[in-house]
Amino acid sequence: MDATQCVIDVRSLRRVYDGGFEAVRDVSFSVGRGELFALLGTNGAGKTSTVELLEGLAKPAGGQVRVLGHDPYAERAAVRPRIGVMLQEGGFPSELTVAETVRMWAGCTSGARPVGEALELVGLTKRANVRVKMLSGGEKRRLDLALALLGRPEVLFLDEPTTGLDAEGRVDTWELVRELRADGTTVLLTTHYLEEAESLADRLAILHEGRIALTGTPAEVTATHPSRISFDLPEGYFPGDLPPLAELGVTAHETAGRTVRLQTHELQRAATGLLLWAQGAGVELRGLDVRSASLEEAFLQIARDARAEDTAQDAAQDRTKETVA
Amino acid sequence: MSTTLTEQRTTAAAPRTTPAGRLGALARTELTLLGRAKGTLFTALVVPLILPFTVQATVKESTLEGTGVKVGEVLLTAAVGFSLLFAVYAALVTIFVVRREELVFKRLRTGELRDPEILAGAALPSVLIGFAQCVVVTAGATVLLDLGAPKAVWWALAGVLLGLVLSVALAAVTAGISKTAESAQVMALPLMFVSMIGSGMTVPLEVFPDRVASVLELLPLSPVITLVRGGWSGELTAGEGLMALAVAVAWILLGVFAVRRWFRWEPRR
Repeated sequence: MDATQCVIDVRSLRRVYDGGFEAVRDVSFSVGRGELFALLGTNGAGKTSTVELLEGLAKPAGGQVRVLGHDPYAERAAVRPRIGVMLQEGGFPSELTVAETVRMWAGCTSGARPVGEALELVGLTKRANVRVKMLSGGEKRRLDLALALLGRPEVLFLDEPTTGLDAEGRVDTWELVRELRADGTTVLLTTHYLEEAESLADRLAILHEGRIALTGTPAEVTATHPSRISFDLPEGYFPGDLPPLAELGVTAHETAGRTVRLQTHELQRAATGLLLWAQGAGVELRGLDVRSASLEEAFLQIARDARAEDTAQDAAQDRTKETVA
Repeated sequence: MSTTLTEQRTTAAAPRTTPAGRLGALARTELTLLGRAKGTLFTALVVPLILPFTVQATVKESTLEGTGVKVGEVLLTAAVGFSLLFAVYAALVTIFVVRREELVFKRLRTGELRDPEILAGAALPSVLIGFAQCVVVTAGATVLLDLGAPKAVWWALAGVLLGLVLSVALAAVTAGISKTAESAQVMALPLMFVSMIGSGMTVPLEVFPDRVASVLELLPLSPVITLVRGGWSGELTAGEGLMALAVAVAWILLGVFAVRRWFRWEPRR
């Protein structure tokens, strides 16, 4: 990615809150022009803390951020007219109407769309004269999106854009985001909906405890984790009676009681071999479960690994101290 | 949803917003909101007009005996002081805190507005109301209390303008150390009480012993009151006037420093 094509560049980013809590620890990634990049993570993983640094709302404790080639905090005036921001939570005076809110924001936005057009984009035309306090959670999210799109931004930051939306609203928002991306808008979105990241993102990063645990295209991230097969061994059979597992492309296996669990990166080959063996032997594999790799699997695995790591926390803390020093 | 997306970005040629345009858009919004916040509006519009009458009831010629201060002058400065304290200072403390707690300030900071523009835009309607009130009460007092025309109007005007800026700065400082809209009401009280009693608003500083008076002269609102009264009486020497200007400017600078240092744009987590 050459410099002109790199729209967002984040290097070794750190954010420490007043109380000393380190919300972002050494996060690096970059987003190219026209790309849609998703930050995934559980609540508290550091998604919003990271995005706020990219939006220039706060100064990083360490590391470097460049948005459109500028420091978004120090060179706010150069960056702001070219970006659109949707915060995780409202920030509208509750006594203003929808139209008044958009008009106010338009007065502060270079090259703003007409108010009517902005409301039409997000399907709020009929609610134009309703006070913000009367809007549903989903309508507030859409108003927020309208403001983010008001200045036809080159770069769009969407912090959990579909949280609180119903299924239809979510699909509408996805459609809108896809259109924007097709028009060349660079989008950085955070979400804790895996299907949202899987269906929208060109690339994604999974954040965990302020660090990037995994990054790549949805396919790459998925591929880092094996597919799984599990079944109960038939009565009178032992694991040794199974066909040679390595030849079936199985990379790991374990037995718990009568349950056998296999991992493979070649699901079709492993499953076929196993089923042919069962058919030849004339046995039924009870509890058979064949599961292809998924983003969800990768995501859950990160959480599981983290829990296992908690036991070795002391060692981890020592490591952190060393890196900081 | 619509299909207008594709006609897109008018490249880099789109006209940029100007500070005045942004400030205007924000101030207009604040004015709309002020019109819908009846409580704040009542405090701002009515209270400063009523309070001077309560002062009239208590300030007797006898207390002022030997000070050379006229009752009318005390009422006039009291009226100006109440306008600054209620219509500007107290109103803005509430507005600043509510905007912060509603995340409005955080939202505004994601856009093209600069930080000082956000505070100035939010303050502008209250400042204009405060200024209009000062004009109305001084005109009313001049006519009703037989004060006559101001003898050095520039001192008075400088006092009012500095008082307005000072009230905004101190409101932002107070909002910065208040956690909620309720606690903001309490946090605003000390300055209001101290000013009413110690800044010459209701009790002329001449009544106090010299040493006490010279300390009270350094309170934030004291130079404002001194300038306004001097503007009417014409009994302000250039030295005294410049001293008052210096004290007011010093407080404004201190306020700006405190805002830059301690103002919070988001609620505490």
